[in-house]
Amino acid sequence: MNDSDIKNAIIGIISDIAPDEDLSNLDPALRLREQIDLDSMDFLDIVMELRKRYGVNVPDTDYMQLATLDSCVNYLRDKMVGKALKV
Amino acid sequence: MRYDAIIIGAGMSGLAAGIRLAMFEKRVVILEKHYVWGGLNSFYQFQGRQIDVGLHAMTNYVKRGARGKPLSRLLKQLRLRHEQLDLHEQSFSLISFPSARMRFDNDFETLRSEVRRAFPHEIEGFDALTREITNFNELDLDAPQVSAREIVQRHLREPLLQDMLFCPLMFYGSAREHDMDWDQFVVMWKSIYMEGFARPQQGVRHVLSLLTNRYRELGGELRLRAGVKRILTRENDAVGVELDSGEVIEADNILSSAGLVETARLSEPAASAAGLVPLQAVNPIAHAMGSETGKLSFTETISVLDAPPQTDATIIFFSNRDRFEYRCPDDLCDVDSGVICMPQNFKLPKPIDPLVRITNIANFAKWAALSSSGDSGVTVPKAWRDSSSGVRHPAPEPRISNLGYRGAKQHWYERSVAAVTPAHLPDFRTRVQLVDMFTPRTIKHFTGHEGGAVYGSPRKSRTGETGIKGLTIMGTDQGFLGIIGAALSGISMANRWVLKEQAVSEPAA
Repeated sequence: MNDSDIKNAIIGIISDIAPDEDLSNLDPALRLREQIDLDSMDFLDIVMELRKRYGVNVPDTDYMQLATLDSCVNYLRDKMVGKALKV
Repeated sequence: MRYDAIIIGAGMSGLAAGIRLAMFEKRVVILEKHYVWGGLNSFYQFQGRQIDVGLHAMTNYVKRGARGKPLSRLLKQLRLRHEQLDLHEQSFSLISFPSARMRFDNDFETLRSEVRRAFPHEIEGFDALTREITNFNELDLDAPQVSAREIVQRHLREPLLQDMLFCPLMFYGSAREHDMDWDQFVVMWKSIYMEGFARPQQGVRHVLSLLTNRYRELGGELRLRAGVKRILTRENDAVGVELDSGEVIEADNILSSAGLVETARLSEPAASAAGLVPLQAVNPIAHAMGSETGKLSFTETISVLDAPPQTDATIIFFSNRDRFEYRCPDDLCDVDSGVICMPQNFKLPKPIDPLVRITNIANFAKWAALSSSGDSGVTVPKAWRDSSSGVRHPAPEPRISNLGYRGAKQHWYERSVAAVTPAHLPDFRTRVQLVDMFTPRTIKHFTGHEGGAVYGSPRKSRTGETGIKGLTIMGTDQGFLGIIGAALSGISMANRWVLKEQAVSEPAA
């Protein structure tokens, strides 16, 4: 999966978790929690959905790597090799 | 049969936990001993009418789009849209005491203006109390327990005002007599005064259908008439359950909404064996085996009318004494305080049958001791039917020893109505067509909750831990109250003890 797909994978998950949020103008360098209403329960769901959709495991010690879209992409790049984007 | 998780109880917490687990592809089964789901918030049919059991209203109402509130978190976690709950707000509520009346609604400013009007010298104290409440993090499970009365008394001097503010919060609800834990008080204050009340057009049944349908769509199994006889353990590990039928079901995780005391009973002897250290945080179960059954139960009388009573209030929290007493009564009921609910006074798009529901605190032990025989229905008193006679006469005081269960219900039905009308709402007795009533015995019979304790044991397990590995408590004994609270309890416990644990310990497929 390329970087753009990874970004879309994350946005796709967030749009299911927080359907009322406007995700069209997210700044990939800024913390997600500063742009949309995500709490720790929601972050758990992002992790659970990554596991469910892509078979990717994110241990809790790595949760801080998911703070921004850019950091998500960097963190997941190796883990998403060979996987296809689910729409 | 083997599952990832067994959920005991198909009430709000069980169904919500089930949805979370099924959503993440866990094999889960919900076991409900009754023939219908809902638990303490169930529903039934009575002479062709649908009646809700339990809460008269959903608390924690906020509008669509509200951020960070319990209802919004619930919607996100269960992947529901606000509109699916079909919530309609209350018109207003009253707190009605002999020396003062205050109104509140889903806008906190209304309550504040009422306090300023009725107790002008207390408004600064009220604002300071509100600030302390707003700043308190009630979700911090490690905060030490403090008395709510103590903190409220630092800000408010007038006992009448204190009691009036406590009254709705205690009834909605406290498992403890006289006082509440401060963090519970904050939860209830926010749920009721700062958020608000609402109801679906079809009542609680609507929410239950939504949840059971979602659960099943996600592949969850739900078994009714499937009571659990024992929770099976090996050393200090929960391994499964045995049903009343003798069938054994295995799972590594058991989430129980049966109640702390009830769950402890089901898991003996492991419960006692696990309970060597007398600290509730480590082993609440062992403690629960003592005298921790909740003392507070209720009666509720339901009068179906042929015309609405002449009040627009949705809910009236009342006391016939300026000093509000919230304690297990010496007699069968305490009719001198309680909650009057008129569900037709929510802002519903379609009218519903007018009802007057009156809830009073009741003494479970006294109700349980009455002899019962035959039909235990309640009838509309003849004197009320004959409208020309007026309805001045309260039922005569019978000798308690002469009362069987049926006689007691009839007597206390009449007393509960006489205590509220005309004192708190205009007389409606000549409009009553049909009556039903539930007592602590009804509650115990249908839900299994010991002592008919609707708000559970005063001792809670805030983390859900029982001291037995793989066995978690959820629902009122994990500390969250009301429909929203119970659902959030199921969600949090499923997240914390099943989803997170497995996410951490198992490698991904």
